[in-house]
Amino acid sequence: MERKLLTKDSYKLLISKIISGKYQLVAPVKVDALVDFRRIKSADEITEDYIVTVSSAKSVAFPRNEKLFGFEKNNKKLEQTDFDFDSIPHTVLLGVRPCDAMGFASLTSIFCWDSVDKIYTTRLERTIIIGMSCAKADASCFCTSVKGNPGNTAGNDLLLTKTPDGDYITEIVTEKGAKLVAEFYELFREDKGAEKEPLLANVPEVFELDGILAKINSKFDDEVFWSEQAMRCLGCGACAYVCPTCACFDIQDESHGKTGQRVRCWDSCGLSLFTLHTSGHNPRQNQGQRWRQRLMHKFSYMPDRLNTVGCVGCGRCSRACPVDMNIAEHLKSIIDN
Amino acid sequence: METQNIYLPYLMEIEKISEEAPFVKTFRLKFINPEDAESFSFRTGQFGEYSVAGVGESTFCIASAPTRKGYIECTFRKAGSVTTALSDMEEGSTLGFRGPYGNVFPIDEWKGKSLLFIAGGIALPPMRSVIWNCLDLRENFKDITIVYGAKSVADLVYKEELRLWDERPDVKLVTTVDPGGETPDWKGEVGFVPTVLDKLAPKSENTIAIVCGPPIMIKFTFPILEKYGFADDMVYTTLENRMKCGFGKCGRCNVGKTYVCKDGPVFSLKQLKQLPDEY
Repeated sequence: MERKLLTKDSYKLLISKIISGKYQLVAPVKVDALVDFRRIKSADEITEDYIVTVSSAKSVAFPRNEKLFGFEKNNKKLEQTDFDFDSIPHTVLLGVRPCDAMGFASLTSIFCWDSVDKIYTTRLERTIIIGMSCAKADASCFCTSVKGNPGNTAGNDLLLTKTPDGDYITEIVTEKGAKLVAEFYELFREDKGAEKEPLLANVPEVFELDGILAKINSKFDDEVFWSEQAMRCLGCGACAYVCPTCACFDIQDESHGKTGQRVRCWDSCGLSLFTLHTSGHNPRQNQGQRWRQRLMHKFSYMPDRLNTVGCVGCGRCSRACPVDMNIAEHLKSIIDN
Repeated sequence: METQNIYLPYLMEIEKISEEAPFVKTFRLKFINPEDAESFSFRTGQFGEYSVAGVGESTFCIASAPTRKGYIECTFRKAGSVTTALSDMEEGSTLGFRGPYGNVFPIDEWKGKSLLFIAGGIALPPMRSVIWNCLDLRENFKDITIVYGAKSVADLVYKEELRLWDERPDVKLVTTVDPGGETPDWKGEVGFVPTVLDKLAPKSENTIAIVCGPPIMIKFTFPILEKYGFADDMVYTTLENRMKCGFGKCGRCNVGKTYVCKDGPVFSLKQLKQLPDEY
């Protein structure tokens, strides 16, 4: 893979040039005590002080709420205003962790399953992903258990790895990444060939993925197992909101008088109303069944139907859980039980 | 309709509203844009998302037959917010429709066979599409029998069509109402669908059974069919689960790894028996 070097000064310059150019720049910033992705206006807003951001980077391609189209009603007539594809901004997404970058492949497999969701794909096509390797990890990280690693290039267009001097080894992963480097070629130097591996965090493997994939289907009917697993689950859905691969959504209408819009917004299989029929019947009646759906969707249905695992090991769900459910431990117990 | 937006509905005009039963209506819908009418096609068993702007979308089958061109029909019971808003609409109003989605009844494979339709209550609409489709291709099939039951005489839907089917010499129609649901002049059967079916003693030889109804009816109907020798791959049904998108993305309707919206809604009893208990 072709490499370049971006000095710390050129890095700041690159950010300024991106901001003043045709792109909007989304990067990690401090929001009170947390670090999250925001659109930024100056290089000084960016922080590098995070293991992972609170929310994943998925909202660049799959926003939390988005208008699918607008409408206007006039007596018996209805007019619709289609989604404006031209309005999708050209974005540079900076500081994405390798786990998050890998998550886009999972989302794409869902949004392109037979029928292509052009709203999602156009957003992703117009996004250049500049990843940042992980120099630090914490106890919730388990990317190495799901075929990722702290310096994984997959899903990134460019991947930066910070050297002890404060410069950035720049790996050019895709054509899109190469184009961005070409656009700002004067900022990039020849790479000195520093080794990347010693600069990366150590993320121990917590479980063997193949073991889970092989065993999880046989656990489907074990109701006691799932209800014990979900015993303290509150069904709040926080895990799905922070997840880089959760794609489940709701479609709702909003209207004010004659005009309105149809909106897509994030949803979660952990919420009790998610599958509730109007009749009162609910195919997933208890939290054990809903937790089972969460794990089986990611580790059975997606591998089986879409040839991708729906988990990148970022550990956000474990960090966000108000009752401290740790997904890696729950997965491990599938092998152990 | 030139769009890349898979969520943008076709605009449909409500051409005709029929009151079927208390709270149950049928809409005949015509495409407002003639090009949409031209390019649209569907096959029996498929479903769609019907919407009232400002209220939302709701999922039902297409209740008309693909052999009847130029319109589609849907039949729904007023139950939730969208069906309540639909119920309040008048002829000439515009609604949204996305579809067709899902798989189909394999009627091509049923050529040369007898057909036994068994439906209960508001579950006749999905079956009405395939019944008319098969009646319009009548020469392809041998005996056609329809067993249809509802709670009461008033709750029977498509009363006019029941009369048409009853009059046809090439259709055997058995209608029934639950005990207590009959009126003084009711000439049909009185009893639950599985009981009436048992009394009918249907022949399974070279016969396909299509069953659609509330879960309790289905549960007691399958053993009767088994008793008369219907193999699991000769029995079909159509499932409903809550959906938002209709094309495998929103994450609601899956039963284990099987997506009702993409792999269904039509399933054989053989397939149904392999599904986990999650529907």
